[in-house]
Amino acid sequence: MQYEVVVGLEVHVQLLTKSKIFCGCANKFNPDNPNTQTCPVCLGLPGSLPVLNAEAFRLSCITAMALNCEIARFTKWDRKQYYYPDLPKGYQISQYDLPFSEHGWIEAQVEDGPVRKIRILRAHLEEDAGKNIHDESGRGGDSKVDLNRAGTPLLEIVSQPDIRSAAEAKACLEELHLLLTFLGVSDCNMQEGSLRCDANVNLHIQTESGDKVATPIVEIKNLNTFRGVEAAIEVEVKRQLEEFKKTGRKLGDPGVEKETRGWDAERNTTFAQRGKEEAADYRYFPDPDLVPVVVSEEQLTEWRTFVCESPSRRRRRFQEAGLSAYDAEVIVNQGREFADYYERVADAIGDAKQAANWATQDVLRTLNDKQQTIDDFALSSDVLAALLKRIVDGDITVKSGRELFAALIEEADDGQAAAASRIDELIEERGLKVVNDTGALDAAIDAALAESPQAVEDFRNGKQQAVGAVIGKVMKSLKGADPKQVRERIIEKLSG
Amino acid sequence: MSEQGINVQKVAKLARLQLTQDEAARYADQLGNVLKYVDMLGQVETSNVEPLAHPHEVTNVLRDDERKESLPRDAALSNAPKTDGKYFLVPPILDTDA
Repeated sequence: MQYEVVVGLEVHVQLLTKSKIFCGCANKFNPDNPNTQTCPVCLGLPGSLPVLNAEAFRLSCITAMALNCEIARFTKWDRKQYYYPDLPKGYQISQYDLPFSEHGWIEAQVEDGPVRKIRILRAHLEEDAGKNIHDESGRGGDSKVDLNRAGTPLLEIVSQPDIRSAAEAKACLEELHLLLTFLGVSDCNMQEGSLRCDANVNLHIQTESGDKVATPIVEIKNLNTFRGVEAAIEVEVKRQLEEFKKTGRKLGDPGVEKETRGWDAERNTTFAQRGKEEAADYRYFPDPDLVPVVVSEEQLTEWRTFVCESPSRRRRRFQEAGLSAYDAEVIVNQGREFADYYERVADAIGDAKQAANWATQDVLRTLNDKQQTIDDFALSSDVLAALLKRIVDGDITVKSGRELFAALIEEADDGQAAAASRIDELIEERGLKVVNDTGALDAAIDAALAESPQAVEDFRNGKQQAVGAVIGKVMKSLKGADPKQVRERIIEKLSG
Repeated sequence: MSEQGINVQKVAKLARLQLTQDEAARYADQLGNVLKYVDMLGQVETSNVEPLAHPHEVTNVLRDDERKESLPRDAALSNAPKTDGKYFLVPPILDTDA
């Protein structure tokens, strides 16, 4: 049976503000001290009045601009009514028909596949709910409610159903995650729920009779890891296919409603939750407590200056500067700080490829070994650039460069901060300067030959490899010498 | 909207209310009257009136991103029918509940 996978994502992002969206309570993950970050506004007490946090709105607009969305000049707040214990007011303040932004896109790429544009339907701002903790003993004990999270500014980003595979859904979420960290609008801590994802999944099936039909849409809730997004969609695709073969039920049949399913990562399966309430059931209406927001041209211009270059644009620019697609991806995917570090080094030495080799190999390996981020790295971009400049200028060999790199890190570990000035001292101390002076080279070779009569005799008796010992001696006294040149010179002398 | 248009049981379910048959009939009647009253608005000629997002003309009431003191936990929990001193306690939430 031929079919196409159709997926749209809804991503909820907690914004990095100091205070909550409509009150001054701390916006801080704090599950160990439940119900210590609440006030009459986020508890929904009668007579309290919410006031919009300007920073939450600014961060939202910057994010939407980075997602290539249009920012609405006029936006308003609506109440979404539903009853659940983590929602103290009995409604969530959200945005319904006039969201602050619409019509954007993000790029996603699965491994070596094509870069595809995934359209963004809209991004709107709302408040997060509190957290329910259910009794899992099976004895039906009370559920506990912690309202510390209630009122956290939450940006909801809704994609069009443009995603065509589980892997692409994962790639899209990863790219979004990377963009959000580049922008610095969220800490994107998935374990703490700062970035949460729901996926709408169905199949477009080509039946044997040539008809095109769609399976009922299923929303999979609470996918909180990248791997979870991919695995849940893979499993759900198989389930919908089996279900369709068995029942033939399709989208648009009487009684077919959108279904909500949960994801059980341990059992690798999705399970039925409640029937999705239709939009009308939320009985949205404009929130009379909050006035609309009008955005000016000046504000848009100012906010646009905070929109950084997107990861995908940056990868493209790195490739245009001569990097392979692979190197560009490795560097950009480490995050903005790492990409900035690489770029400072590359600009300083004027050799993108050399800088990329060191960034992706030596620097990354050291960071992994030491479990560090680039911000903690012993060598600043200035120091690494000074070191690599010596290689690029032909003052030292790449091998000597590696030795110095290790020496600088070792000294930093011992408490001596790495400085560019130290590089020259080390080159001097270790005799690593490339020797272009044939007089010094000849002297070193003559000395080594004088010390190795056996090797000289062996060579004259036709044992070519005997020169190895002599080369070793020369290299020991002249570390900056080029071994190939040394070898040729020795053979020349012995054959002369 | 007509009186018959109200599905009282559905509205009750959304509001998590359990109604007896008598109550359902009474509320259907009352809500029907309310809707009939509001329906009078339908007779007003509005084709030349801009949709209204908010009754006030005021826009852009925002505050700076500053933290304020939160309530002490005891105070936050003081109105709750049931607590354990740390959390609000509510009857177990079942999947079918929603």
